Amino acid sequence: MTRLTRVITPDSSRAALPDVDMSTALAGATLPNPVMTASGCAGYGRELDQFFDITELGAVVTKSIMLQPRSGRPTPRMAETPSGMLNSIGLQGPGIEQFVERDLPWLEQRGARVVVSIAGGSADEYIRLAQRLRHSTAVTAIEVNISCPNVDNRGLVFACDPTASATVMEGVRRHSAPGIPVLAKLSPDVTDIVEIARACVEAGASGLSMINTLLGVVIDTDTMRPHLGGVTGGLSGPAIKPVAVRAVWQVHQAMPEVPIVGMGGIRTGADAFEFILAGACAVEVGTTVFNDPSAPLRVSRELQQILGDRGFASVSDAVGFAHHPDGQPAQ
Amino acid sequence: MTPVQVRGEVLSNRRVGEYHQLTLVAPGVAEQVRPGHFIALAVGGETTAHLLRRAFSVYRTQDRGVYGGTIDIVFADHGPGTRWLSQMRQHDSLDVVGPLGKPFALPKEPVTCTMVGGGYGSAPLFTLAEQLRERGCRVDFVLGAATEGRLFGVLEAKRMSQSVAVTTEDGSLGDRGRVTDVLPALLDRTGSDVVYACGPMGMLAAVADLAARFGAHSQCAVEEAMACGIGVCMTCVLPVVGDDGVTRMLRSCIDGPVFRGDRVRWADVGTVPADTWGAPVSEGGHS
Repeated sequence: MTRLTRVITPDSSRAALPDVDMSTALAGATLPNPVMTASGCAGYGRELDQFFDITELGAVVTKSIMLQPRSGRPTPRMAETPSGMLNSIGLQGPGIEQFVERDLPWLEQRGARVVVSIAGGSADEYIRLAQRLRHSTAVTAIEVNISCPNVDNRGLVFACDPTASATVMEGVRRHSAPGIPVLAKLSPDVTDIVEIARACVEAGASGLSMINTLLGVVIDTDTMRPHLGGVTGGLSGPAIKPVAVRAVWQVHQAMPEVPIVGMGGIRTGADAFEFILAGACAVEVGTTVFNDPSAPLRVSRELQQILGDRGFASVSDAVGFAHHPDGQPAQ
Repeated sequence: MTPVQVRGEVLSNRRVGEYHQLTLVAPGVAEQVRPGHFIALAVGGETTAHLLRRAFSVYRTQDRGVYGGTIDIVFADHGPGTRWLSQMRQHDSLDVVGPLGKPFALPKEPVTCTMVGGGYGSAPLFTLAEQLRERGCRVDFVLGAATEGRLFGVLEAKRMSQSVAVTTEDGSLGDRGRVTDVLPALLDRTGSDVVYACGPMGMLAAVADLAARFGAHSQCAVEEAMACGIGVCMTCVLPVVGDDGVTRMLRSCIDGPVFRGDRVRWADVGTVPADTWGAPVSEGGHS
């Protein structure tokens, strides 16, 4: 047998990081760190906690939870695409009751901050979800996944229509605990994302999460039929990052005072930094978790390093910095 | 068992028939592996466009002293990820996550066991057979593939079992046909108590059905497409009946890859049966 060099697991925690205030204000909530998991890419926290301490993150954003248990769609549910993937899971999940009784207490006991993602097929379903979470002490914020089809409105996705988006956000805001941030998660598959963003904010959204996946189709060239059981799927991963940065850029430019959580293809600290420069005050790491389960913590450390290297004393100093070519931050 | 993510190092990479056998030093992983566990490898390097991890069942592990244990996997290069892996050379490094999944259940009594492997799906059955024999079990093998070059482990199976039946679809080695053509006679002759199987879904469905007909338990390791291997992506699901009689869409990475053959609704794989927990009430599936 040849002699082997001893293999050492990379552990960036040992490297000394520059002194940067990583805390970030998110519509009334303060997070110790701007990096979170993205909904649907971290379950309810347990799986990733095996690979890194989830309490070190800004928050765990849960997989979208609905009122009832849900089986999800048939397989195949996934196709790998260049620098990304297409998924059609169909919001498989245990329903809000089991989530509140089993998953949320675990996250709270673990000491993680929790952003609960909720999804529904009607404005009333979103309201009932908000009511069920209203008295929970474990909830740091609510992310409202309005990128689901509205069953009352010919299956049109809420987030593609300003009025439907506003109705949901108004209802969730009114039925959520008063100081709890309520974030609208927007779809990039719209003509004017600023119009949708504005409708959500005027309806009471405390902030915006951008972006959800882009709709796509993959055809299997062997079977010559759509690859996914659900035919269409959501495209995610680094392939969509410029689209996401553009959405954050446009909305921050139009409404610089509105907190934005940026996501879409973040793989490295430099990617996260890009979103922050475009106007995001926090970010979520999603599909990259499938490639690297410890990515959220790694991205956080890489981001801290970059912020320090660029001379920023805090995350907040860098938010929207790219909009000011003279180097002067916003306000 | 707790899965870990480590930087592994390639110790060797060689061809075996039409397959590749990769030996990796993966400290912290190898020591925890039991037969049926799998590992998930990142492919293509740090800036790869292929983001999804590739899952491989563990062929064997070996203790190599101070450098930690090694893991062997066997694979076919049928896509860009496995092609990249097939080009790995000694000392190249690989990002390894494992061990993952639920391993094969072992009998408490010295019973009679039949191992059924399709293609390189046979890989996890050899260490399993060794452990069964240590428990005093009788072990017989059935190995099948399309061609002789796609069989894996025939000689090894002969060393550790009472009998080995081989089938190839083109008749290049053993009986022409499929494993299920020779399995009934074997189960009848040995009165096998347990059938352990790993291979393509169609083979597993047929093996589970035969095992049930001959009154044997079956333990089937499924091959479902996975993106993460750790339970968060929800892509590798299949309909499985629980102890309470309720069908759920279970993740093959967390709840499997080994399932009781009589619990998987084989005919419904690729669908969501109407009586599944949380299945859509209206026709046409979830909107």
